[in-house]
Amino acid sequence: MQVPVLKQREYLIASIQAALTDTDLLKLRDDLAAQAGRYRSRGVIIDVTLLDVLDSFAARTLRGIVHMLKLRGAVTVVVGIPPEVAFAMVQLGMTLEEVSTALDLEEGLAFLDAHTRGDYVRRS
Amino acid sequence: MSEGPERIPIRSDLDVVAARQTGRALAARLGFSDVEQTMIATAISELARNILLYAQRGEITVDFAQKDRSKGICIVATDAGPGIPDIEKALQEGYSSSYGLGMGLPGTRRLVDDFEIRSEPGKGTTVMARKWLH
Repeated sequence: MQVPVLKQREYLIASIQAALTDTDLLKLRDDLAAQAGRYRSRGVIIDVTLLDVLDSFAARTLRGIVHMLKLRGAVTVVVGIPPEVAFAMVQLGMTLEEVSTALDLEEGLAFLDAHTRGDYVRRS
Repeated sequence: MSEGPERIPIRSDLDVVAARQTGRALAARLGFSDVEQTMIATAISELARNILLYAQRGEITVDFAQKDRSKGICIVATDAGPGIPDIEKALQEGYSSSYGLGMGLPGTRRLVDDFEIRSEPGKGTTVMARKWLH
């Protein structure tokens, strides 16, 4: 199942709609890499509210996406990790260090506003 | 409750999703909480992933489990892959596959109550995990 990526101002928003296969996750990575460049995006939100499980591969791929987008000049925030998924991740011993997270889409947008505006001032 | 075991062949990443969804559905029918269902689905996802990674193909079976007065779910992952040469080492924290985040078997073990591995080099591996309703 493909993940829709919406453009909102200078941000991209990827809303994961359901359980994703590894192939879908890698496709999302490639889509975000291409679109962040095409739209000169400063920030990216990955909404995982509807993701059923964040296993080791999914966590590793998310970290990879965040690092890759950083190299492309965009700040990424992962939003909406459900409480039960967070609990299972902790039990599994998995961390998302170096990945910024926020409670939901609204908090994610606020995070990007705070982290990309300063960047913009410095650059201009 | 005796619906019989549900078997999910594991041959591709699509099957990993199918296996954890089947397991979650059974866990929900058995009365596990949302948190427990997600722990069970995550454990199945990791076990199915190990099959793909090390043996390319195998099978996940999920079934109702009963021991004394406890009821729960039983997950069995079997493959005819290369086997695990040193199970003790594979269960140590920090011993990682090159592909995962190093969670592998020790992480999966923490998601369930009972965890057993049988493996014969060259013949394959069977992992049995059970989680009980509390």
